[in-house]
Amino acid sequence: MTTVDTSVPVGTAASGTASARTGDRPPRRETGVLNVFSHGFLALWALLTTLPLLWVVVSSFKSDAEILSDPWGLPGALRFENWARAWTEARIGQYFLNSAVVVAGSLTLTMLLGAAAAYVFARFEFRGRQLLYYLFVGGMMFPVFLALVPLFFVVRNIGLFNTWTGLILVYAAYSLPFTVFFLTAFFRTLPTSIAEAALIDGCGHFRLFFRVMLPMARPGLISVGIFNFLSQWNQFILPQVLMQGDESKWVLAQGLAALAISQGYQGDFSGLFAGLTLAMLPVLAVYVAFQRQIQAGLTAGQLR
Amino acid sequence: MKHGKYPLIITFLVPPLLLYGIFVLSPYLQAFQISTTDWLGYSASANFVGLDNFATLLRDEYLWNAVKNNAILLVLLPILTIALGLFFATMLNMGGRRGTAGVVGVRGSSVYRLVYFFPQVLSVVIIAYVWKEVYNPNNGLLNGALRALGLPAPTWLGDPRTAFWAVLAVMVWSNVGFYVVLFGAAMQAIPRDIYEAALLDGSSRWTTLTRITIPLLWDTVQVAWIYLAIAALDGFILVQQMTDGGPNHSSDVIGLRMYNTAFGSETKFGYASAIGVVMFFLTLSVAVLALRAARRERIEYA
Repeated sequence: MTTVDTSVPVGTAASGTASARTGDRPPRRETGVLNVFSHGFLALWALLTTLPLLWVVVSSFKSDAEILSDPWGLPGALRFENWARAWTEARIGQYFLNSAVVVAGSLTLTMLLGAAAAYVFARFEFRGRQLLYYLFVGGMMFPVFLALVPLFFVVRNIGLFNTWTGLILVYAAYSLPFTVFFLTAFFRTLPTSIAEAALIDGCGHFRLFFRVMLPMARPGLISVGIFNFLSQWNQFILPQVLMQGDESKWVLAQGLAALAISQGYQGDFSGLFAGLTLAMLPVLAVYVAFQRQIQAGLTAGQLR
Repeated sequence: MKHGKYPLIITFLVPPLLLYGIFVLSPYLQAFQISTTDWLGYSASANFVGLDNFATLLRDEYLWNAVKNNAILLVLLPILTIALGLFFATMLNMGGRRGTAGVVGVRGSSVYRLVYFFPQVLSVVIIAYVWKEVYNPNNGLLNGALRALGLPAPTWLGDPRTAFWAVLAVMVWSNVGFYVVLFGAAMQAIPRDIYEAALLDGSSRWTTLTRITIPLLWDTVQVAWIYLAIAALDGFILVQQMTDGGPNHSSDVIGLRMYNTAFGSETKFGYASAIGVVMFFLTLSVAVLALRAARRERIEYA
């Protein structure tokens, strides 16, 4: 896992050796002023980032009257019934499950097809390889808006409109360019000697891929997997176009959009805050638990 | 070798190619073709109209209004985000004790790095609603604070003078954390001895930053610029969910124009595709221009 860590806090290690070298020399005055100054700004931005999110969580426990009378006030009680209402009546629970099903399918498909194609592009010589590779990777450059109208009809004509299968296939298709790009580069960095040895020992090409190459590519697979998971989980435009009708099949983002619209009519503020909290907290919890891997996974694609 | 390589190449390449061809490539190609028709969707009749849609586009004042907003985003989003990103990344990675060589972070930098990245893992839809409520004129977080301080409480998203800027602020807010982490990782990759040498030469903190750190980060800044420029040409989800382009089209963007033209009350698929084609060329030229403008010699640490 250490290979994916691009954000290693070297600072802590370096400060130990450095302070030993400078001995007990007191910090210069300039430093004190600058430190207060820099800490002030850093803390201010941290506050700006967390306060709106925290406010939503706190507000999810309030009654509508409390929300309307004092936005900065604290809830009189921990009203988990708001959460329950959002979970069942606004069907956040069901949409959560739907999202999980769709993303489980699309992520598996993306990783399987992406790794397979990337492996071929990275390790085999054949006619038309360059052309096919650039055709694939070029998909990263296009705005999804351009494809939206024809995509709607393609999916409808195949008979996959308003189906999870349709969403899964489309998510995977749109994740492939980046996945192939990233993994091709990754497979190229792996040593060839092990693969050659395995082939000489009589290992077939398929066994070689599944038993030797995929395990070796694990760090790369994890990075791109995290990236794909988040972008597919947070997808909104594609389901909005391809899953318009059947409410029971909506994904989480659509459920939140519907909740926000109905809140506009009914004034159920606490329900909206509860729904947002329910959608937000699991993602943030997973992020806090796997902070390093997730930051590395999301920034890895950009640092090339 | 038991089998040749071709069975594997074919088995591994055909399924992804099929998927990509059907759902990505073919829609993109069809979009160009549809943009030259007057197709209204569900009816089968689509007449070839040549470049008529593009001629209409040039006279479409709603579209120009949206283009203007995207142009403002294109200038301000990268500048604000990169400036804030560099500022915080510098503070986090080099704000530590002076007199020590190299990159020393301030205390608690790992906490800051954790917190700053929060918006990056949240869905844009969630961010849109969180901020829509923060901006809520009556019971929002922002106006609650302003009232407590005795300041006037604007309607933010309900006012054509402020709506667009309020959305821009959210775009910056949601992007900064990612670039703090990105720039931070690039700063950590700069070899320490360069800083030791600068320190021995008596280089000040500011000189070190402007003469050493930023030039060495240029590659990363360039990448950031392109990503943010592409993001600035989009902005669809935030605008659609926070203001729906309003009030009075003051916060409209091209993506929303296209979406409403295609999936709104009239399904003008031909015209919408023409807008999509324009977005495609805009995105492409912005990326190429950004690459050109930022081109410099690549620095490799030996």
